[in-house]
Amino acid sequence: MTITAGLDVGSTYTKVMILGDDREVVARAMAPTGFKLTEIARTVYDRALAGAGISEGEVDYVIATGAGRHQVDFKDIHVTDLTASARGASHLFPGTRTILDVGGQTMKASRVDRAARVESFRLNDKCAAGTGAFLEKTARYMGYSIEEISNLMTTSKEPVPISGVCAVFAESEVINHLSMGTPPADIMQGAIESLTGRSVQLMKRVRAEPEYTLVGGILRFETMANAVSELLGAEVNVPDGDMVQFVSALGCAILARIRLEKLAAEGLDRTRAAVGR
Amino acid sequence: MVYGAGVDVGSTQTKAVILDEDANIVGRALTDTGANVIEAAENAYRMALAESGISEDEVGYVIGTGYGRYRVTFGDAQVTEISCHGRGAVHLFPDTRTVVDMGGQDTKAISVTPDGEISDFCMNDKCAAGTGRFLGAAAAALDIPLDDLGPVSLAGTRPIKISTTCTVFAESEVLAWIGKGKKIEDILWGVHQSIATRSVGLMRRVGIEDEITFTGGVSRNVGMVRALEERLGRKLNISDDCHYMGAVGAAMFALDNIGAGRVPVAGG
Repeated sequence: MTITAGLDVGSTYTKVMILGDDREVVARAMAPTGFKLTEIARTVYDRALAGAGISEGEVDYVIATGAGRHQVDFKDIHVTDLTASARGASHLFPGTRTILDVGGQTMKASRVDRAARVESFRLNDKCAAGTGAFLEKTARYMGYSIEEISNLMTTSKEPVPISGVCAVFAESEVINHLSMGTPPADIMQGAIESLTGRSVQLMKRVRAEPEYTLVGGILRFETMANAVSELLGAEVNVPDGDMVQFVSALGCAILARIRLEKLAAEGLDRTRAAVGR
Repeated sequence: MVYGAGVDVGSTQTKAVILDEDANIVGRALTDTGANVIEAAENAYRMALAESGISEDEVGYVIGTGYGRYRVTFGDAQVTEISCHGRGAVHLFPDTRTVVDMGGQDTKAISVTPDGEISDFCMNDKCAAGTGRFLGAAAAALDIPLDDLGPVSLAGTRPIKISTTCTVFAESEVLAWIGKGKKIEDILWGVHQSIATRSVGLMRRVGIEDEITFTGGVSRNVGMVRALEERLGRKLNISDDCHYMGAVGAAMFALDNIGAGRVPVAGG
């Protein structure tokens, strides 16, 4: 019986995934990251363990990823976000060749090979205009929370263009549109389309090929996935429900399992119990 | 006596200034721009008139400037804020050759000739990095009033190097440093230095020539004055009227038009 865990300490949310002997999901947990990274990683991990009904001693290997991966003090190893999301996306959709990952503070596009190894990637982590923060700011200027965005956009009839050059400058655009009587739904849809435009640009820069798999917290808004699909002119894979937010954590847990098996094939037992961790 | 007026509708605040025939400031006023830009312009103008004690009929010409200049419905003409800041700075500090204007959403570097003509300018137009909004984000993150940022930063001794460029991400970075137990004054001093570095970069693109006049709302911030002066290695011209510089310049152009015998169009 082998149990592995993956932690994704992202800029906005921390996610934990625990996999059982058949690589099945036995528990997952998520909480806002905040600013105490070591503590939040521990809290969310404990919550996942409790959800799985197992003790920490039963977990054989832990891999961490995300911006806060270095702050996880109980991990065995860490991997980059790109490696983790490539593995998770390919596990869910084996035909994956291009991944778009849009999170709270980053946007990443990567192209992967059949073995889920990253061949090429491009990041936007310097500017909020290409990330979830842009949507959150736009929603907040209009008095909505990010969780209300999804319902809001279903009522959009005629989206207005939002330039999306800068999340701060967008505020003036939003105010101008509101003062002209534009419905908030159309402004929000305009913001999503602007983010979509940036996403597809980033994907083109890695010479995107099908199948396309979309992951990350922002892809939980169905309208974003539809807009990307439309702009690409192709079908896209999107993990079901909240799995879309757990793809990197899942990838870590899978990588943990692969690593243990590889070491075992070399005659090494590197489980936490064996190394006394 | 005929008076000239300038109304500077900025992204964050609206300023109005009334000048007498000898270009002395006789009235000034300031209000938040808010969502109703037209009303903000009217309010600022009315408040400046009230301070000067003159009636609207005595004002011969009104010029609107700033991003909302076309919303100054009672304005007789419009002039860009770049021209107005240059003109205003040379009026108050005649030896000005370089102007750095820091406002709510933009930072501009302007080089001017001895008669206040613009010879070159450069501004952030792509994003809000290095503008007053960066300070606003830090103030929001730390929950301290905007006006206290400068004074608090002056107590900083070991500035934190701020790595983010984006104003939106700056808020998270400031909180992250707090989480790591850094002192507020050191974080803020780092924030001021980061903005100063970007601004000086902008100034280099137009060429930095003495004297340098610092205008716009952020010029009231003592921390930013110190950070810029340290980076530039020289003193800046500052006065309480620097915040009103765009409106001062606009009012100067209004006086020019009165002197040239230009009459406002009917209804203006």
